[in-house]
Amino acid sequence: MGTKKKADLEKFRDEVVEKYPKKVGRKRAKAIINNDPDTIPQIQANIRTIPGIITQRGCTYAGCKGVVLGPTRDIINITHGPIGCGYYSWLTRRNQTKPETEAEANFISYCFSTDMQDSNIVFGGEDKLKQAIREAVELFNPKAIGVFSTCPVGLIGDDVHNVAKQMMAEYDNKINIFGFSCEGYRGVSQSAGHHIANNQLYKHLIGNDDTVNGAAKYRINLLGEYNIGGDSFVLEEIFKKCGIELVATFSGNSTISHFEQAHTADLSMVMCHRSINYVAEMLETSFGIPWIKVNFIGADATAKALRKVAAYFEDEELKAKVEEVIAEEMAAVDMAREAVLPKTNGKTSMLFVGGSRAHHYQELFSELGIKTIAAGYEFGHRDDYEGRRVLPSIQVDADTRNIEEITVTKDEKRFKERITKEKIEELEKAIDLEYNEYGGLMADMEKGALIIDDLSHYEMDKLIELYHPDIFCAGIKEKYVVQKMGVPLKQLHNYDSGGPYAGFKGAINFYNDIAMMVSTSIWKELKAPWEREEVIEAAYVY
Amino acid sequence: MLLKHTTPKEIDRKALTINPAKTCQPVGAMYAALGLHGCLPHSHGSQGCCSYHRSALTRHFKEPVMAATSSFTEGASVFGGSANLIQSINTIFTVYNPEVIAVHTTCLSETIGDDMTAIISKAKDDGFIPEGKKVIFCNTPSYIGTHVTGYANQVTSFVKNFSTSTLKKKNVVNLVAGWMEPSDMREIKRLAKEMEARTILFPDFTDVLDAPMDGKFHMYPAGGTTIEEMTATGDSKFTIGMGPYSTEDACIALENKCKVKFDMVDIPIGLKATDRFLMSLSRHANVPVPDSITADRGRLVDLMADSATNLYGRRVALWGDPDTLIPLCEFLVSMDMRPVYVVSGTSGKLFDVRMKEILKDIPEAKFKSGERADMFLMHQWIKQEGVDLLIGNTYGKYIARDEDTPFVRFGFPIADRSGHNYLPKTGYNGAAHLTTQILNALLDHQDRTCPEEKVEFQL
Repeated sequence: MGTKKKADLEKFRDEVVEKYPKKVGRKRAKAIINNDPDTIPQIQANIRTIPGIITQRGCTYAGCKGVVLGPTRDIINITHGPIGCGYYSWLTRRNQTKPETEAEANFISYCFSTDMQDSNIVFGGEDKLKQAIREAVELFNPKAIGVFSTCPVGLIGDDVHNVAKQMMAEYDNKINIFGFSCEGYRGVSQSAGHHIANNQLYKHLIGNDDTVNGAAKYRINLLGEYNIGGDSFVLEEIFKKCGIELVATFSGNSTISHFEQAHTADLSMVMCHRSINYVAEMLETSFGIPWIKVNFIGADATAKALRKVAAYFEDEELKAKVEEVIAEEMAAVDMAREAVLPKTNGKTSMLFVGGSRAHHYQELFSELGIKTIAAGYEFGHRDDYEGRRVLPSIQVDADTRNIEEITVTKDEKRFKERITKEKIEELEKAIDLEYNEYGGLMADMEKGALIIDDLSHYEMDKLIELYHPDIFCAGIKEKYVVQKMGVPLKQLHNYDSGGPYAGFKGAINFYNDIAMMVSTSIWKELKAPWEREEVIEAAYVY
Repeated sequence: MLLKHTTPKEIDRKALTINPAKTCQPVGAMYAALGLHGCLPHSHGSQGCCSYHRSALTRHFKEPVMAATSSFTEGASVFGGSANLIQSINTIFTVYNPEVIAVHTTCLSETIGDDMTAIISKAKDDGFIPEGKKVIFCNTPSYIGTHVTGYANQVTSFVKNFSTSTLKKKNVVNLVAGWMEPSDMREIKRLAKEMEARTILFPDFTDVLDAPMDGKFHMYPAGGTTIEEMTATGDSKFTIGMGPYSTEDACIALENKCKVKFDMVDIPIGLKATDRFLMSLSRHANVPVPDSITADRGRLVDLMADSATNLYGRRVALWGDPDTLIPLCEFLVSMDMRPVYVVSGTSGKLFDVRMKEILKDIPEAKFKSGERADMFLMHQWIKQEGVDLLIGNTYGKYIARDEDTPFVRFGFPIADRSGHNYLPKTGYNGAAHLTTQILNALLDHQDRTCPEEKVEFQL
């Protein structure tokens, strides 16, 4: 192995662009980029999907209800719409949760829907929604209820925010009820849903409770980590070992009080930049909590992230503890890596996942000696590709203009400067702190790698045909398409029921899973013996 | 406990559906469209639906499920999705080259009232539909009916668009397949072949959603009812619809359009439903049931007799679609089992009538269909008085675990196991397979939970 063709952009782009109708080809050409980490070319991203192209993308509702709010166990999430949206987001993302006591609420395994019928479309669904909330309260007595709008809700003019307000009043404000205008047609992808979810978290939950929980000195938030396959569990364990208090995770293995107390932390770490950078900024503006970009996918990456936290708190005891934990964990990691390297070293991968993992997982792959030759997001924005430095130059187009931008101001009572600007600058120079910064995917990929935004089925097919990677990473819709071609596909949304992959233990799981995938015997059996060339032709003997 | 908030106390819910025993129309339409050879399903709405539906079908079949979408934006949602669909049609034929694009709608395009006939005819006028290619559509508003309705609407659109009568009737019987697995269709085709009946099955998922792996991706797999076959259904002398909820509309459309009379039978699940299907086919294709099939039947009866002690009187809770629940409950009753709780999110008088008849000797039986006939209600009934067995889709595993009840996966979706699309549940062989599964679930549970001195070596 190791002699895989380098991705030759010109050939790929020409073949793809040629195939499409002219206008489509011109548009797609801007989303297919020959990477150069030194100059970082501009990519076209976060624009509308081309109809009929067979996209990987989902909708705003999925980004809001499915991704950001879905993982929190003690909110009743009512989907206001026909049954499908609630149904498909019922237990289909693997955001695990573990209540601390039997008495604690956990609604994750339930699906709640107003199940709109044609009469609700004709006469409006507000009354049914109100009644549904009453029934949810009577049956479950929850602390909070979220209401999620689906496509028809916006069109028929149901006002979920007003209904939420009225229902809160009906219960004397003892239950926190809030709505989300996350109709599927808003924006161009799941991304708009993240933004809408972030805004409502800020408006309705963040800062509601000033209780300072826990005794540890170092208090952090982990933003944009959804506990897929138990990733958050692993990270919780690491923080505990280091003596770091995890105030809130947005939103893996979380509860309402996590959100409500998030403003009492002293540092926010951002995992998935795309889905949660809005909250990170709001926490900083409002409460003075700085945020840094981290990646806990990959053992080296995890060590690096922990060191950043220790450096930020400037505490020798913490620094020593972190080094001790890293050393202890790395022993097992190194052993596992040594064991699988002969199977994985020199192989190639391609990653087309959501809005962050196509970048994060490259670190894990490189630990295995696997080079990522093509990557892209479904719904990343230019800053996820090119880095946040391009933010001022990003133009909001007509499809995204109507996503609410909320203005956040300093909370005069509770704002507290955690660290001086001078100190931050000093740290940035000393270590790559990535304070308020995210360098993006392109900077970390080599020259000549293919970067493709909103990959279509046709482009995927062509990629595999031309470059035949050893492993392809995407989601459930792509999995069996790619595997029919004899290329193993690792799902990096649901981990193929595997995981956790975060942190040190997660890295070991990943090494083993990838080694298994690239050496599974069945791929050698695609052709029947009588179809293989080397079979000697037999003749009947009578 | 995974569903620890579920208590036995029922309230009269009027608005909140919890843990539905149904999903929405378009996934059914998408599914049915895959049963037409060379067809690409197309979802006319915002793209989230299409991704969800493809994912749901993929999780179930562990197979590629292709479909395109109009990818509505906010602008299109207000001003109409005509431009989106026309652009879709152009892109799809240029890049993916299907024989047919089968368009279905969502709650979005239905609420704004897109006129599909007008849009498609404009696409034709503008030259975006190549010669010999077709764009068909069915309206599948998600706020009416369920996934079963969507399936029925798609199958009906096949008839409306393709079935043609040349006034020369052929000695062929159409078999309209209700919502079932490719394995079930394979078994039905085997039975028809063994009877030497000439049939056209539509839709047909064999070799589509159980396609072999050969190192290539076939966007349009070998299987599926061909357009020629679909066209020829108008000249068949008779039609048998399997499953009234998913096929009766198509049968009526075919009778109206091409004067092909039809018989409506249940999906042949279990002894009696298979008997009725074979007798209908035998009569209308004018062929006898061969000894080999009679022997299959005898083998099933033998197995049922052998298993009777372990099945007799067992209480069962079931959820799913009416076309499968009806024959399945009948089968359980024929084995003296007691389907005590049955819920289907798909409503309809026929379900209630048939259930009443099938369950008439089980006074404690409760069944419900339609809105809020959901798995939460069924679980509440179970909390009131337990059952010995659960039969239904993967969502039942949460109840099975909480209540420590044996569980047989059946229906759609089965997301957490594979191979169900290979093993039939229809016909006598399918019934034998189902009996074995039920028996194994009950006995495995008994072996795992009974006191050690009661562990039995033999049945």
